Amino acid sequence: MRKPFAITLDPGSSLANHTGTWRTSRPVYVDRLPPCNHACPAGENIQGWLYHAESGDYEAAWRLLTQDNPLPAVMGRVCYHPCETSCNRAHLDAAVGINSVERFLGDEAIRHGWRLTAPAPASGKRVLVVGAGPSGLSAAYHLARLGHAVSIHEAGPVAGGMMRFGIPKYRLPREVLEAEVRRIVGLGVELRLNAKVSDIRETMRAGAFDAAFLAVGAHIAKRAYIPAGSAAKILDALSVLRSMEGADKPLLGRRVVVYGGGNTAIDVARTAKRLGAEEAIIVYRRTREKMPAHDFEVEEALQEGVLIRWLSTIRQAAASSITVEKMVLDADGSPQPTGEFETLAADSVVLALGQDVDLSLIDGVPGLEVKDGVVRVGPDMMTGSAGIFAGGDMVPAERTVTVAVGHGKKAARHIDAWLRGARYAPPPRHEPATFERLNPWYYADAPKTVRPVLDVVRRQSTFDEVVNGLDETNALYEARRCLSCGNCFECDNCYGVCPDNAVIKLGPGKRFQFNYDYCKGCGICVAECPCGAIKMIPEEI
Amino acid sequence: MSFQPVKFYQTGTFTVGNRLLAAEERSVQANMRRTNSINSGHRACQGCGEALGARYAIDAAMEATGKRLIAANATGCLEVFSTPYPETSWQVPWIHSLFGNTAAVATGIAAAMRVKGRSDIRVVAQGGDGGTTDIGFGCLSGMFERNDDVLYLCYDNGAYMNTGVQRSSATPAAARTATTMAVGEPPGNVFGQGKDLPAIAMAHGIPYVATATVAELRDLEAKVRRAMEFRGARYLHIFVPCPLGWGHAAHDTIRIARLAKETGVFPVFEAERGEVVSVSKIRRQLPVEEYLRPQKRFAHLFGKAPRADLIARIQEIADRNIRRYGLVDG
Ligand SMILES: Cc1ncc(C[n+]2csc(CCOP(=O)(O)OP(=O)(O)O)c2C)c(N)n1
Ligand code: SF4
Ligand SMILES: [Mg+2]
Repeated sequence: MRKPFAITLDPGSSLANHTGTWRTSRPVYVDRLPPCNHACPAGENIQGWLYHAESGDYEAAWRLLTQDNPLPAVMGRVCYHPCETSCNRAHLDAAVGINSVERFLGDEAIRHGWRLTAPAPASGKRVLVVGAGPSGLSAAYHLARLGHAVSIHEAGPVAGGMMRFGIPKYRLPREVLEAEVRRIVGLGVELRLNAKVSDIRETMRAGAFDAAFLAVGAHIAKRAYIPAGSAAKILDALSVLRSMEGADKPLLGRRVVVYGGGNTAIDVARTAKRLGAEEAIIVYRRTREKMPAHDFEVEEALQEGVLIRWLSTIRQAAASSITVEKMVLDADGSPQPTGEFETLAADSVVLALGQDVDLSLIDGVPGLEVKDGVVRVGPDMMTGSAGIFAGGDMVPAERTVTVAVGHGKKAARHIDAWLRGARYAPPPRHEPATFERLNPWYYADAPKTVRPVLDVVRRQSTFDEVVNGLDETNALYEARRCLSCGNCFECDNCYGVCPDNAVIKLGPGKRFQFNYDYCKGCGICVAECPCGAIKMIPEEI
Repeated sequence: MSFQPVKFYQTGTFTVGNRLLAAEERSVQANMRRTNSINSGHRACQGCGEALGARYAIDAAMEATGKRLIAANATGCLEVFSTPYPETSWQVPWIHSLFGNTAAVATGIAAAMRVKGRSDIRVVAQGGDGGTTDIGFGCLSGMFERNDDVLYLCYDNGAYMNTGVQRSSATPAAARTATTMAVGEPPGNVFGQGKDLPAIAMAHGIPYVATATVAELRDLEAKVRRAMEFRGARYLHIFVPCPLGWGHAAHDTIRIARLAKETGVFPVFEAERGEVVSVSKIRRQLPVEEYLRPQKRFAHLFGKAPRADLIARIQEIADRNIRRYGLVDG
């Protein structure tokens, strides 16, 4: 066609001009792994469930949460929330109160009676779970949802394991625990109480089980040799905490000394205070910095009037006193005796020196390997004996409720695969959503909502819960503080800031798409994405 | 005592959209049915601040007028990259004028609409800082003086970008352009010259004068909406970084605009009939170096022989803005 002088184009829209050809690198949408999800021992999709909670859809949030963890109300009370320790929001003001939102969701579910998603069609396979603690319950839950027939054999008279016998009521009210256990049993899981398994092979044979998950916990208190007069009263922490569950409360006297530096030592000292002890003194070999107990619990205990004697060991115990020796830390940080002694008044001494596992049920199982008092497992949680898996406190790992729940889930996935003659391959991990990936300009300032703490005097004498929950407004506010690290939350920034309209908005819940016909590759969308959910990759030429 | 409960959104209102906001509180740019006044396929450089600012402004004006809008456009990058004749990116009624007369052309359109009894149809004029502060200044001042019913939009990228980065009377002190090279004393553009056009517009006593940047979309949209509530001459001065002319990374366009505001280099405010009625406060105040350093047009202030003295003078200009407009509380 002949065109007028100096005119090379046809009349029409600039859409004919595909500026995408200018590009040397292209933006792509990515999902990055938020630090909270990465840190969660139970593998929760925290950012994912907070996203639903932000819009007030608490049930959807709870459903997503319970895909990974069936015990949110318990978690919201006893988890040490490594998610919060790693939360990116801490770089701005304070970490998101993930744990308190989790508790809120858990409590909402109990209040409204939300039910767990129904299991998959029956697989015809039978799995034995030994122990109804956090690990066993978690495994049972996941296995049941995958369609397997699950039977839990529990040695004790009630379910819960350490959640019941190791964690005091003021941290975990029993109604809460029972409500969440009931929901798991409601999926069709068989729960046999007072059913100690003494020979795993025998029990598996008798019940025609295709696989077993062992999670018997660590219930045998470690002892230390302390020369003691016959009148001295020496107890162990676990039996003290366990007897709190019965009708007769333990008699500890007016002055209680607790020996040890872990969370159990703190729990016992706080329990002693509540039972009416005038003095509860923790004697610990090292310093506060070296104490394995969590700092916030140490802090709460100190506020309640618990005393702590750092750098001290118990050398002798008599009827109403003990002798302690002062220690010093050597160059390596190990405590060394000084030869300086002191006498403390004490009506009882409670040993909180850690726990061992009762491994009698696996005696003589071929292939099964025990080392340092715990059972060796592979990355698939399977022991050396095919079809027998193990988790929780009886395998080498950090001993927390959340780690145990995580083991249960992981084991369930591998058991499921193993039953089908397959191997479970976890989906590849997304690259981390580090703080540097975010554009924090876009987040409004919003400090953390602190959970109300029971008035100190009240909590010294009662077993009421110490940390209370958030109400609806607080929980919503807290959830909305989430930065949604590494995952698109549909803020429309990319859609707005592209000078070339090369971002297509697909509508609510559907996110966005790039129109590479026109994207020139300037990268503004990447720079201005608040949450780091877009990245630039070189164009293949 | 009753109180207004504080609404809190995950990202406040800093982002373009927010799924937690009610539909009427959302920005025009977040809407899937925005006009997209300048369509894809335009020939602006990667990361062009002017293309972005113009779409923000005209889309907002379309929304505010119920899509009854005519735009006149001065020669400059915006016209050249959007309309290599006879192809166009514009999805609004749009007329090209000369480099210096767009205010007069818009005045004519407004007069024509009045004669036709179509005063529901609103008129905008738009141009670069060169077309506005230099060659088009006479026409613009006349338009202000007559209080013609036009919203004039100036896209300030601080030089004549379309013809190769020559100095305009809106070029900042010390900036290197093709006509203010980084040689002599002081290197780059001179201090103490140039025109503060928003202040000049205010001196005309016209109904509405405001400034905005491409880094604050919601503020920009609110100002266009407010401007459309007035009849008579209105002026909106929009700060639009230019990756090519300023020598910054294409992906930094919005960041540079944000830094201009957060350092006080570019004051963001709103004035009615010659009086300032509101200012957009600095949120996290920063020294001017933060703004200057990423731009090659200021590279001669850093490097081997840094010019702390000139940076200090630029800081003085920013501090004066901060005092004059009250950009920082306390
Ligand atoms: C009377 C006249 N003189 C010179 C030119 C050449 N010219 C076209 S655009 C332009 C500069 C435009 O600068 P500005 O208004 O700041 O817009 P920008 O390109 O920077 O967006 C010049 C000098 C012209 N078109 N008409
Ligand atoms: S801000 Fe949200 S997504 Fe990011 S780490 Fe904290 S809780 Fe997780
Ligand atoms: Mg210009």
